[in-house]
Parts: sequence; C-alpha cells; structure tokens
Amino acid sequence: MGIYKTEPLKCWGKAKELRLSVYEGIKKARDNGTMIVAGGTESAIALPAGFDMDFLGGEPYGASCAFAGVQDTSWNRGLMEASEAASYPRDMCAYMRIGIGSLLSDKFVFGGKYPVPTFNLQTHICDTHGKWYQIMSDIEGVPYNVLDYVPYEWETENESEESKRLKRVYMKDQMLELIDWMEKVSGKKFDDEKFINAVNWECESTSLWAQCCMVNQAIPAVMDEKMMYSLYIIAVLMRQQKAAVEFYKVLLDELKDRAARGIAAFENEKFRMIHDSQPPWHSLQIFRYLEQFGAVSIGAHYSFSLSGGWAYDRAQDKYLPALAPKEAGVTLSTREEACDWYSEWLLAYQTLLRSLRYSGRGKHKRIQDIIDNWKIDGMMIHLNRGCEGTAVGQMELRRYLSDRGIPALTYEGNLADVREFDLERTIDKIDTFMETVGLKKI
Amino acid sequence: MIEDFKKIYDNRHGYMKAWKEKNPDWKVLGYMCSYMPEEILYAAKVLPIRMLGGHEPQNVTEPHIMGMFCPFCRDVLAQGLLGKYDYCDAIGITHTCKHINQAYESLVLHRGVDHFFVPTPNKMQAKQALPYYAGILKIFKEQLEAWSGNKITDDDLKRGIAIVDENRRLMRQVYETRKADNPPISGLDSMYMVTASQMYDKVEVNKFIDEALKKELPGRKAKDDAGIRLMILGSEDDDTEFIKMVEACGSTLVIDDHCTGSRYFWNTTEPGDDLMSVIADRYLKRPPCPIKDMPSRSRIPHIQGLAKEWDVAGAIVIQQKFCDPHELDKVAMVNALKAIDVPTLYLEFDVTVPIGPFRIRVEAFLETLGSEDLF
Repeated sequence: MGIYKTEPLKCWGKAKELRLSVYEGIKKARDNGTMIVAGGTESAIALPAGFDMDFLGGEPYGASCAFAGVQDTSWNRGLMEASEAASYPRDMCAYMRIGIGSLLSDKFVFGGKYPVPTFNLQTHICDTHGKWYQIMSDIEGVPYNVLDYVPYEWETENESEESKRLKRVYMKDQMLELIDWMEKVSGKKFDDEKFINAVNWECESTSLWAQCCMVNQAIPAVMDEKMMYSLYIIAVLMRQQKAAVEFYKVLLDELKDRAARGIAAFENEKFRMIHDSQPPWHSLQIFRYLEQFGAVSIGAHYSFSLSGGWAYDRAQDKYLPALAPKEAGVTLSTREEACDWYSEWLLAYQTLLRSLRYSGRGKHKRIQDIIDNWKIDGMMIHLNRGCEGTAVGQMELRRYLSDRGIPALTYEGNLADVREFDLERTIDKIDTFMETVGLKKI
Repeated sequence: MIEDFKKIYDNRHGYMKAWKEKNPDWKVLGYMCSYMPEEILYAAKVLPIRMLGGHEPQNVTEPHIMGMFCPFCRDVLAQGLLGKYDYCDAIGITHTCKHINQAYESLVLHRGVDHFFVPTPNKMQAKQALPYYAGILKIFKEQLEAWSGNKITDDDLKRGIAIVDENRRLMRQVYETRKADNPPISGLDSMYMVTASQMYDKVEVNKFIDEALKKELPGRKAKDDAGIRLMILGSEDDDTEFIKMVEACGSTLVIDDHCTGSRYFWNTTEPGDDLMSVIADRYLKRPPCPIKDMPSRSRIPHIQGLAKEWDVAGAIVIQQKFCDPHELDKVAMVNALKAIDVPTLYLEFDVTVPIGPFRIRVEAFLETLGSEDLF
C-alpha cells in the first residue's frame, strides 16, 4: 500500500488512438499518393496545414524507431548503420541518422516503405535541423525549403523591442513567401481558412498542454514524466489540429479532478525530480527504477516546453501558460495576421527552442522557476550525445545547481542510439545518487 | 612581410598587449567566428580580434562543456578561462553554431566580461535576411556606441569598411598568385597571413601584405618543387603543424575553403547608400559556413570553382571532431569534388593532431594522386 492513491488516466486510450492516427494517415497518404510534407515536428507545422496533407515529423519518428529497437534492433542499430554506411558521421543528431537510415533502407517503422514526401519544409530551430532535411531532399530528390528561426532572447538579457520587431517581421515575411513556394512546388492551392484555424489550434493546444503541466505542481504529482511522454506527444505530432485541442481540454479537466482528489501518478512519491533533455527512448525503464527509491520525475523543461506555450510574467517573475489568440481577445482574419501572430508565438513562447540557442542565465532562470514552483528536490541530467541542441549548457546547468545545493545526477547517453548508452552504469549512478540524498529502496 | 605573419600568429597576445599600450583610446573585442561585422567595430574604435585555440592539451573545460562538443570551441573556451585573452575589453559572437554559442555562454558566465551577441540570420539566401540583418547591425552599432562612448558617424563606418575591404582585397590578390604553377607563397604562410589579419590590427597587417605583394612575392617560389597541388577545406583550421607536414610531403596547398582562410575575406562590400545594408549584404553574400548554406547548396559550385581555377589534383577535407556544420555537409562536398574528378582525403581533427599517423595517411593519399605518373 502506497502513501497516495493512484489510478489509470481515463483518456490514456484516446491519447494512444490519436498518436497512431497520425501514422495511419501517413501510411494511407503514401499508399494513395496524396500529399505528405516532412520536416521537424518542432517546425511551424501549422504552415503547411493550409493544404490537405499529412505531416511526417522526424523527431517523434526517430523516437519511435529507438523504442521499436528494444524489440527489433534493426529499427535502431540497423538504421544507424545504414546511415553510417552511406558516410554520414555517427556523432550527428541521432534522430537525423535514423531518418536518413530509414530512407536509405526504404523501411517505415509503422509498416511498408519509407514515405517520400511531396516536399520537405524545415524550421531552423537548431543548426542540425536546418540541414537535416536538405540532406533528406538530396537523397529523395524532392524540393526543400527552410524557415529561419531567431528566437527572442531570455528575459534576463533585456532584449530591445526593436530587436524583437525585426525578428518577428523577418519570420512573418519568410512564412508568407514559403506559402507561395509551397503552392508552386505542390501545384496545389493554399487555403487561408485552414491555415488560420491551424494557427489558432496550435496556439490553443500548446497553451493547454502548459496548463496541464501547471496542474503537476500539486503534491502528489498527477503525472509522472514517463506518462507525460505519452501525453505531450499529441501536441508534438498534431498540435495544429482541432482534435489536439479537444484532447487537451479533456486531459486538463481530468488532471484537475485528480489533483482535487489527491490522485497520484506514483503512489510512493517522496522525492520529486525533474529531468533534462530527451530521455533515452530505448531505456525508459530508468524512470521506473527511480520509483524503487520513492523518487519520481515529474517533468522537465523539455517535456513542459517542447510543445508548450509559456510566457514570462514579469510581475510574478514566473512562467505561465501563454494566452492563445482567442483568450488574448485576438481574432485572426487574414493570412498576414495569422503569420504575424504565429511568428510571435514561436519566437516568444517556445521556450525550449530558445534554450537550444541561448543556454546560459536565461535557461538557468527557467529551470529555477520549475524547481521552485513544482517543488523539486533534485534533478537528473541526461548528457545527451544524440541531441547537441538540448545538450548545450548542460554542464553549466550542473554547476548552477551544485552552487545552490540542489542535488543533481548526470548520466551520459543518447536519446536514440542505444550503442551510446550503458544501462548498468546508469543504474549504478542512480544508486549512488540515491545514497547521497539519503534514499533507500522501499 | 611574409615572416611578419608568422610572428604575429606565434606571439599574438604579445602583439596585442603592446598594441593596446600604444592605442589607449581604443578598446579590444575578442570574437569567435568570422561572421563578426568587423567594419562596425573599426568604426567604433574597437579593435576586433579573433579568439583561436592554443592547440595544447588543457584540463579546464570539462566542468563547463561536454566532451562531445568540438575541440575548437573547447580550446577557445580554455584560452578564455586561462586568462589568455584578458586584455580583451569584451567578447562577442554572432549566431553561428551551438558549440561556439556554448563557449561564449561559459565565458560570459565565468569571466564577468562585457559581451555582445549579434543574432545573424541563418537562411542567408532569404531575401528577407537583408532588411533583418541590416536592422540588427544598426542595433549592434548603437550598443557599441553606448559601450565605447564613441559616436559612430557615416564617415567612421566608411573608414571601417575601407580598412576591412582593403584587407580582403589584398589577401585575394595574394591568393590569385597561388594559381601559378609554382606558387610564390605556401599554404602555411597563407594561413599565417589570414590568421594574422584576424588577430591583429588590419591597418598594420595590410601594410605587410601590400609590401609582400609589391616586393616579396614577384618572382618568388615558395618551394623549388611545388609538388602535387592540393586544396584544403572544412571546419575552422589553424593547425599550422598539420599544414607544414602536408607541404613537407611533396605537395603545396594552393587554395582553401576555411573560415581561417578564403571564406573570411573572399568578397568585399558592394557600394550602396545605406551603410548598414551594404555591410549586411556583404556577409549574406560571402562564401557561407555550411550551417548557413540553405536551402540551395551554394557551396558546391563555389568549391568546385575553386578546385578548377586553382587546378588542384586532390583535396583534403578536414573536420573538427564533432563539428556538426561540416559533418552535415560532408557527403555533399565529397560527392561534389568527386563529380569533378577531385579525389579527397577525409580527416578528423582534435585540439592536437597526431602528426605521425596523419603523415602516413597524407603520404598514402599523395602516392595515390601521383600513381598516374607510374603507368
């Protein structure tokens, strides 16, 4: 019998159904020859939503392959080796190598051949992302374009309004040009109404996910991080769709109800942790191992913010869910207005992407915000060799925590390349960490 | 003249400390990537100098930066943490790659130094990049004015552009001489020239280059036998020991595509009324770092053009270990050179390079290139 009551999430099945529906849609589009757009899912995925299309996002696809590799190593090691056999260096982004390997092997982890898109549209959220789909297009022989992304700086840097205005106009004007480009290379007409709806839904669903994360400030936490991976992914895969908004409304209500009734994600919650960077998708059992000590990871800057909209509130000096257009009293009526708002949303509220670019004081402030408001006892930092974007600043973060007496556990690994992860050593490190914070196995 | 370039490179900090004493009304800003708009700094009476590594083993960066980050950024960070650049009044970067960003953030966090971040665009080919970058440079100019206390007039900017463009023009002229069957300057001395231009006052360096062009290079042969003509391209590279070794193995490096080489100076500023726009335009049009070469691959025709014009028999493609930008272009560049029948040798660099094993590989490569003579 644990300290807290726990029970399964009622909307768990719906989340699974939605996740799979994305890949079913891509399979159908591939088999029917209808339009597929590929790129990073942390792109401006509402932008191509002005067309009837299915979006194949590289990062969750890579994570799916890494997870599938637990049962069948050809989906992990095999695809990595296919990429390396074609001379792509083995220390590059692991998601990218899986994508290249999957394309070169002509295998799709959800069945059949790899779905070649009509075109690739990427956002330069990190240096690798900018080039990733240029390489894919080289191999596929399909058009490629990229949206440059120069996020606003963290609040600690006091960026000028003029600098922000320039970034916003730069991004908006690129979006408008990309719409013309997409029409040209696809030969299809862009539907402004569909696009405007997609922008509204993307903002709303990512705001709702942030609100769900806020509920996790409750003790006991209503979600653990491993659960969150199955829930935030809806916003990653399909945040520009109405179904995502509807799902998160249901989830938010359910989480609030759980918090009111004291329902825990983990019945023995004693030591609340957060994690940094993506997890090793092939070895998620490490999160369950924490629980043997009464420790639970209840979130991360990554899982809160990857597809969450967060706004800094200067008066309260904290980050709160950003207001979607409707809540902010804004009606988007034209393509230009939608591009302008969408640019602001991505530049100002996409705080994870910001930390890929600016890793110092601002990121530390955000992590401290999570530590304070989610009542965190310690942190687990995945020194992630598979994603240099999220690895930027990790050692400095460790120093920051150490200077403030906040226990931190680092372990080295790779989000998708199992060859760079040592499970036994990681378990040993967890054991040592737990001993230092005075936790014994329950 | 030519020997001065090496002196500056070898004793960069000594030169700069002496320069600072002689120029007390100037400030010095250390930067890490060749996208830094030096024209504006000269206009503000701020001397820009590039922070490069020391190529010596170090043990100070491990607590700050993961081992999987490139050796160049770790080496630069080490130099900063060890106080080698303490004569700099500020440091600055443009947005280039994550690794350089990390080195910069760590120095900002731990050295308490004034700092400037210039958010350069990444999609340099976008037509929207010009108004954006011109606006960003105007902000940078205002920040420099506030920091240095020097109001920057249009005349100051024109002076800054003239100094930097003169440096570019002169170095381009030197590179043109390397098209000769037996070039008057080696790849090693060319590298010293470009890095000296980055490390020291360009007004002084320009005098050395000008003098070399007029008095030293005409009729000169860098070596009795130039040997096999090679190109070198890839990541940041100021590994002079490696270059020396390659040229001692029966070859001459006649052209490069490095940010410590031709990428730094290849194009000059085009005339125009709005000075911020013409400065921005120059950086947008320069031969790009791979990370900014999108959506088209403009590097391919540029590099193929260099290989043909400088008539190279082979190319050494070097990559700083973990250097994502160049890893991402590796396959495309090797294929592009292969398409014009230029064989390549691909090497991975670290803070220090094991010359012995690398010599064996270079000799084998050169032997391969020379094998046609046997049959």
